[in-house]
Order: sequence, then structure tokens, then C-alpha cells
Amino acid sequence: MNNNRKILISVLIAAGINSSSADEIKDAGPGLGHKASPEEIAAWNISVFPDGEGLPEGEGSVVQGEKIYQQKCLACHGENGLGATADQLAGAQMGLTSEYPEKTIGSYWPYATTLFDVVRRAMPMTAPGSLTDNETYALTAYLLHLNNIIGKDDVMNASTLPKVKMPNIDGFINIYDIEEKQK
Amino acid sequence: MASDRINDQTLQENQVAGNGLLDRRLFLMRGVQFGVISSVAASSSLAATTSENNPADPVWMHVPGKPFSTYGMPSSFEDNVVRFPTQNEAVPGNGVSWTPLHLMEGSITPNGLHYERHHNGVPQIDPKQHRLLIHGLVKEDLIFSIEDLLRYPMQSKICFIECGGNSNAGWNKQPSKSEAGYFNGMVSCSEWTGVPLSVLLDEVGLRKKAKWIIAEGADAFAMQMSIPIEKAMDDAFLALYQNGERIRPENGYPLRLIVPGWEGVLNVKWLRRLQVTNRPVMARNETSRYTELQPSGKSRMFTFPMEAKSLITSPSANMVLKTPGLYQITGLAWTGRGKISKVEISADDGKTWADAELQEPVLDRAFTRFRLPWNWNGKPTVIKSRAIDETGYVQPERNKLVKERGRHGFFHYNAIINWHIDSDGFVSHVYDKDEQQQKNSDISIDSGWD
Repeated sequence: MNNNRKILISVLIAAGINSSSADEIKDAGPGLGHKASPEEIAAWNISVFPDGEGLPEGEGSVVQGEKIYQQKCLACHGENGLGATADQLAGAQMGLTSEYPEKTIGSYWPYATTLFDVVRRAMPMTAPGSLTDNETYALTAYLLHLNNIIGKDDVMNASTLPKVKMPNIDGFINIYDIEEKQK
Repeated sequence: MASDRINDQTLQENQVAGNGLLDRRLFLMRGVQFGVISSVAASSSLAATTSENNPADPVWMHVPGKPFSTYGMPSSFEDNVVRFPTQNEAVPGNGVSWTPLHLMEGSITPNGLHYERHHNGVPQIDPKQHRLLIHGLVKEDLIFSIEDLLRYPMQSKICFIECGGNSNAGWNKQPSKSEAGYFNGMVSCSEWTGVPLSVLLDEVGLRKKAKWIIAEGADAFAMQMSIPIEKAMDDAFLALYQNGERIRPENGYPLRLIVPGWEGVLNVKWLRRLQVTNRPVMARNETSRYTELQPSGKSRMFTFPMEAKSLITSPSANMVLKTPGLYQITGLAWTGRGKISKVEISADDGKTWADAELQEPVLDRAFTRFRLPWNWNGKPTVIKSRAIDETGYVQPERNKLVKERGRHGFFHYNAIINWHIDSDGFVSHVYDKDEQQQKNSDISIDSGWD
């Protein structure tokens, strides 16, 4: 029992309320939040899940994405996503079991939706949140193509992106699950 | 450097392990003087400033002192006790600053020295314009202002926060040449005060399918992480205060999620949104980063608790023991799985070990300061510490950790750290002897912060 609860219960007992009803109140807060409207939540929520939940309308192609990449990404991520001051995104030559593994989108990332999510919320670092949804789809398409995961003519949108199967989808062990089961 | 009152016989009688480790009770004996351990860089400037004054009648006793200040600052003579920033050259807000653990004592990190890890800088948030939205698998989606949250019942907890990537130079084939804090100081310990997350989750009302919470910050990276609902309802809380004052901007002002003992990245700063879901979002920082590639090619994911670790902060790398004699070995231990139950120290490269004195109170998921007296005989040796936590887990030797996890996990490096002391008293970081063959190569790990 923490101190707040103790104080709350002693106040309630002093007020003639018995401890069983105090127990029901427990750590109850003062209820100061105000109700969020669906519009507010929609404006606030930018998370995209592997099954596609959270993906917006719109679409983009590999060719469109390549143009945007040259303008807004290449300075940090390098020619063809080979990396510079920022992460290498593509072109892994060394596998994950080699002495010097290369962890790129194609060799390492388990979900394609993560790419859309992080580009939309955080990229480019000098102007995060400045890309439109169409531009984000286009960049996602370009980077997936650069990693030989989708074809040159493929278009990414809310329906196609969650269906993209990443090469390293089975490359992760959920340690939390394992430890919980051992408890 | 042993004082006159401590004779060789006393030292002999108080040996608790090989090569001069002494009984903790020596701390209670009168007249014990410990030798000076100086940092190579700081010693010269100190000498220059004190030589002008006669300590019997110093100049500051003859002039009125400075008036009051609205916010106190450290002495100007302590201006070397600073964080050490390392950042991305193209994006200066993406990087870290290390806590100077080797220049500090006690177990609380002052707010100005708490380590930083930002993905795209420190947002300058006006608390009046900041809101927290809690939504998703709840009975009622709610928005809270900071003013609202300040009126909730609060709790305080002293706990450490450690970046999952702390000490990652340890994966390198060559031992780091940095000072102890500047490659292990992505960990700090504060008293955090705020509202239990369970109180707010009870108010929104969790639905039955609620299994995870996605926490998101209001920084320019909109950093998001998935946290299991069990932890959220257990001991997670929303901190508004750090060591008694409102949280510093670089540590999440005005609101930070505290997830005691778990990877620093989960302690989301500038918290603006909590989405209750039935599954993790698989964010960039829980898939492409903060996962640990193993020799098998598979990666460990959702490795939340920071395992037990200890570090001798003095003597440590780049310090000098001026003469043979009596010294105080001191350091910090912590574990994300509860309390530290024991810290052992060896002064003979791991042949024999003795229990260090643990500073009370030993707190759950907090820094535990340890100390032990040591009589250095002037000969080269290796000193090291190992932590054991209440689950029985023992901090591993480096070769065991590397054998188990390989060298490309990048995160969760918690191996024992060795300090070599040469015959001149100079301290440097070394790996175990059977790892010396690795010295042929100096190629570093896949380092970098983004």
C-alpha cells in the first residue's frame, strides 16, 4: 500500500467511510482529463502498425520516390542508400552472421510499415514531418525497391504496403515473451 | 601512504582477499588516511590556483563574499566535472552526452549531469501548450494538461535510467581509452516524482484486449516505443519532477515516462501520447535499433530490463595513484531486476574476491555505491568489481558475454570492467588476458548513434 493510498484511506476513515469502500477507491485520481474527440485522436495519432493500421490514404511510386530521395535524403544517407553521416539503408554485402554484418532495411528490418512510420514522423531530420503522405509512400517504395524487395513498377499504398514481406521477418526472438512464460 | 597509526601488522591482519584488499571495518578505524587518486588532466590547474594563497590566512577571509544567487552553480574550480557530448556531425541534436561517473561520489546524479540521449535535439516545450492524450483500447479517451497532472496524487522513486547502448565500446576488439564515465556514463540516478501510470490507466479504463502501450514523445523525432501493459500497471509513472525540481528540458520537460529498471529508450521524454493496443507498434527503435544481433544471425528483441552491472569509478581509467599505500576503491552497481545484493572486488586480476561495503540504503533499481579499502604494494595489477543482484544473477566476465552474444549486439553490454594499474600508478582499461590475441585487429564495432 503506497502512501497516497494510506492518506486517502485515513481521510475516508476519518470522514466515517469504512475501509472496504476506501479499498474500492484505491489509487483513484481526481478525474481531471477531458474527453478526446475522434477528430482530435485522428490528428494526434501517427503510429503505423505492421497490419497497416494507421496508414493514410494516398500512394507513391518508386520513380517518384527516387526523385525525392535525391533532393532530401541523399546528403545524409548517401548514393543509393549506401550510408554517409546517417544509416546505410540498402546495398548490404555482408550477411548477418558475417564478421562485419550490415544491417540495412533489406537485410534487417522485419516490417515494411516501420519504414513509412519513421519517415513520416521523423524525416528528413532537418524538417521532420514535412513530407506529404504521397511523398512518404513514394520514398518507402523507392527504398524497398533499392533493397530488391519490390519491383520498379510497384506502387505503395495502404493496401499494398502491409503485404510486403521483409526478408528478415523471422530474424527476431521475443525475449519478453520467453521470460514471461518462464515466470 | 598509510598513516603512522596503521602499521604493517594491522594491514596484514585485515587482509580479506589477495594483493592488499582490506576489511571494510577499516573504514571505521580512526586515523586511516587514503592516498590521493588524481586525474591526470586536472592536477596541474589545481596546483596553479592554490599556490598563490596562504591557507592559514587566505584572501577570501578578508573580502566580503559574493551575494545570494537565485539558482546556485558549482564552484568554478569544478568546471572539469561536465558531461561529454558525442553527436552526429550532420545532425547535432542526434547523439549522447555521458555522465562523468569517474568524477562523482554518492549515488544521486545532479540534474545538470544526467546523461542525455536525443534523436533530434531538445524540444523547447511551453508546458501550457503541452497535452497528454491517452487513447485506444480504453473505455474513455482522455486528454490531460500539465496543470491537470500536477493535481494528481504523486509518488517518488529513486531509480537509475540506463541507455540500452551504454558501455557499448566494450564490444570493440580494443579496450576504450576514455575515462570510466565517458564510455559507461549513459546511466544516471535521480529521484523522480510524478503520477503512477496505473492511476491514469484506471481513469481511462483499460479494455480486456489491452496488452501494450505505445508511448510517444513531442520531440522532432516523435520517438515512440511499445511497453507491455503489465509493466505499465506495475511501477511505471509519469514524472514531473527530477531531484525536487521540474524535469530539465534535456530530460523530458514537462513530462517523462519512467519505466524503472528498463532500457532508457522506454523512458520516453516529452511524453505526449499513450496509445493502448493489443500488440506492439514495431517502431524503428524496437526493430532496426535496440535489438541485439546474435552470432546465429537472429536478434534478441524486447530485451527490456537492464541486467546487473558494476563499475569501479575510482581508481579508474586515466587516473594516477601517486605512491604505494592505502587507497579507497569505490564504484557504482545497479540492476534492472531489483536490488543489488552483493558487490565483489578483486585486486589480483580475479584470482581472489572480497565483498565490498554497500552504502545504505540499498534501493530497488537504483545506484548502489560500494567501497573497499586497498593497500597497493606498488606492483602492476588489475582491479575489477562484479555485481550480484537479488535474483542471484552474477555480472559476467567479458569473454563469457562475448562468447554467448557475439560482438554485434551493440546493446546490453554489462561485462566486468578491468582497470590495469602499472608500476607508475597509471590506470588504464584492459580486457582479460585470454582476450589479448584480439589485439591484432583494431577495427571497431558498428558504432554510431543513428
